[in-house]
Amino acid sequence: MSTTHVISSDRATGESGGEIVRYTLSERVHHWLAALTYIYCLITGLAFWSPYMFWLAAVVGGGPTARFWHPWFGLAFALSVGWMYKIWHGDLATTDADRRWFKAINYYVQNDDEKLPPVARFNFGQKLFFWLMFYGVILLLISGLGLWFVESIPWSLRWLRYLAVTVHVVAAMATIGAFIIHIYMSVFMEPESFHAMIRGRVSDVWARTYHRLWYEQVTKGTSKK
Amino acid sequence: MSQATLAIRRISGHAGAAPGEDVERDELVCKLIDTTTCIGCKACEVACLEWNGYTFSETVFDNSYQTMPETTWNYWNLIKFNELEREDGSVTLLMRKDQCMHCADPGCLAACPADGAIVQYTNGIVDFQQQNCIGCGYCVSGCPFDIPKFNPATKKMFKCTLCVDRVSEGLEPACIKSCPTGCLHFGTKEDMTFMAQTRAKQLRDNYGMEKAGVYDPAGVDGTGVIYVLHDVTNPEAYGGLPSNPHIPWVVRFWKGPAKWIGNLAMLGGILGVTMHYLRYGPKEVDAEKHGNGGKP
Repeated sequence: MSTTHVISSDRATGESGGEIVRYTLSERVHHWLAALTYIYCLITGLAFWSPYMFWLAAVVGGGPTARFWHPWFGLAFALSVGWMYKIWHGDLATTDADRRWFKAINYYVQNDDEKLPPVARFNFGQKLFFWLMFYGVILLLISGLGLWFVESIPWSLRWLRYLAVTVHVVAAMATIGAFIIHIYMSVFMEPESFHAMIRGRVSDVWARTYHRLWYEQVTKGTSKK
Repeated sequence: MSQATLAIRRISGHAGAAPGEDVERDELVCKLIDTTTCIGCKACEVACLEWNGYTFSETVFDNSYQTMPETTWNYWNLIKFNELEREDGSVTLLMRKDQCMHCADPGCLAACPADGAIVQYTNGIVDFQQQNCIGCGYCVSGCPFDIPKFNPATKKMFKCTLCVDRVSEGLEPACIKSCPTGCLHFGTKEDMTFMAQTRAKQLRDNYGMEKAGVYDPAGVDGTGVIYVLHDVTNPEAYGGLPSNPHIPWVVRFWKGPAKWIGNLAMLGGILGVTMHYLRYGPKEVDAEKHGNGGKP
């Protein structure tokens, strides 16, 4: 997918000059659509999860309202993830560069990024996050339909009701774990990537530091993939 | 259903204790259904509708006397008819009045996430409080008898209340009132159990029904509705009465250990990233170090 390109470096930032486009407007819109729908499902889902968090339902309009919208927002989330898959799956395949990077992930954790092998548009952690969310939402969607239309599951197949509960809970917990790390990484650990998801651009230096292969690819102006 | 001022022993989806949690009430109420004297007249079905203010629903004919396949959100009391072939080839018609069993350990209440949508009074009646119901349907998964039903118009769950509004005024439930054969009885759990055991013994001793017995399943700590069955070893024959009902283990795990495992995991995740931030801090792009002076 070649939605990235170099933009003119007229908006110099810092000593190293220009910026490049990391996310197009369309990518950003879909990311935030996914983010908002996921967060809605998270708040309402946690309310249904524990009596000690049921008050969260009040924040979004009360229990019945939360229950009414939760599946619809879930559906919207699934659609936005599907769209992300459509545009990003080419950039999200695991490569040899990822394997090398993953072996050296300690340096990433310890902020010794200069010791890491170069990676392309997304690093292996980002790819893992995407695939976890991708398969997670498939499981959440299927099990969620079972919970949504629980009375349509006949009594003789009631094990499906119990399976739906189990799968929904396990998949939701897995995505919450990934979500915590995602928020931490993008908002706190690498604030520039948060900014990139809002304004769409990153500095040359940032791109060179964290996504060198991608940087080289887009700055050469050659066709990518 | 009722706003009756009865002490509450258990509350669904409730953070903290229930006000009547440690109340020892002398009398649990109980409905006794003697299937051996039921004639399938359906007076109880009509009385239930009349008292609770529902109009008669459309019936579904399925080659039996049964009004419809199962109870619905506005049809809480249904006699299940089942033709059972005996070993000698003759046929007997089993009739069982189906409704909420008012379990001492209610699966609906265990599964419910909405604070106060399902309560259990200290007299044992399990009651849905529709004003607190969010219509999620978790009670459907929790119930071992497939009783709670969803009203799509109001998006609330409904089931038999054991006429809690009548009982709290000292009256017996409407179905009991209507039974012409006296196969339905209402009283304390102790009295009903004694009456049921006496009847079962009578059936065993005088009627040659060696397998006659009382259905009061221990898997849900006993029920507020008990049956006398001709053959207590085969409750399934009575329109699918489960032989060993209990709260599904998935629901138990989900509402028990899974909560704390999940909550600890989420808390652990938040603590983990916080610790990481304090130890390593944010990543900072060092232009001097990584930037090669601005030349790639």
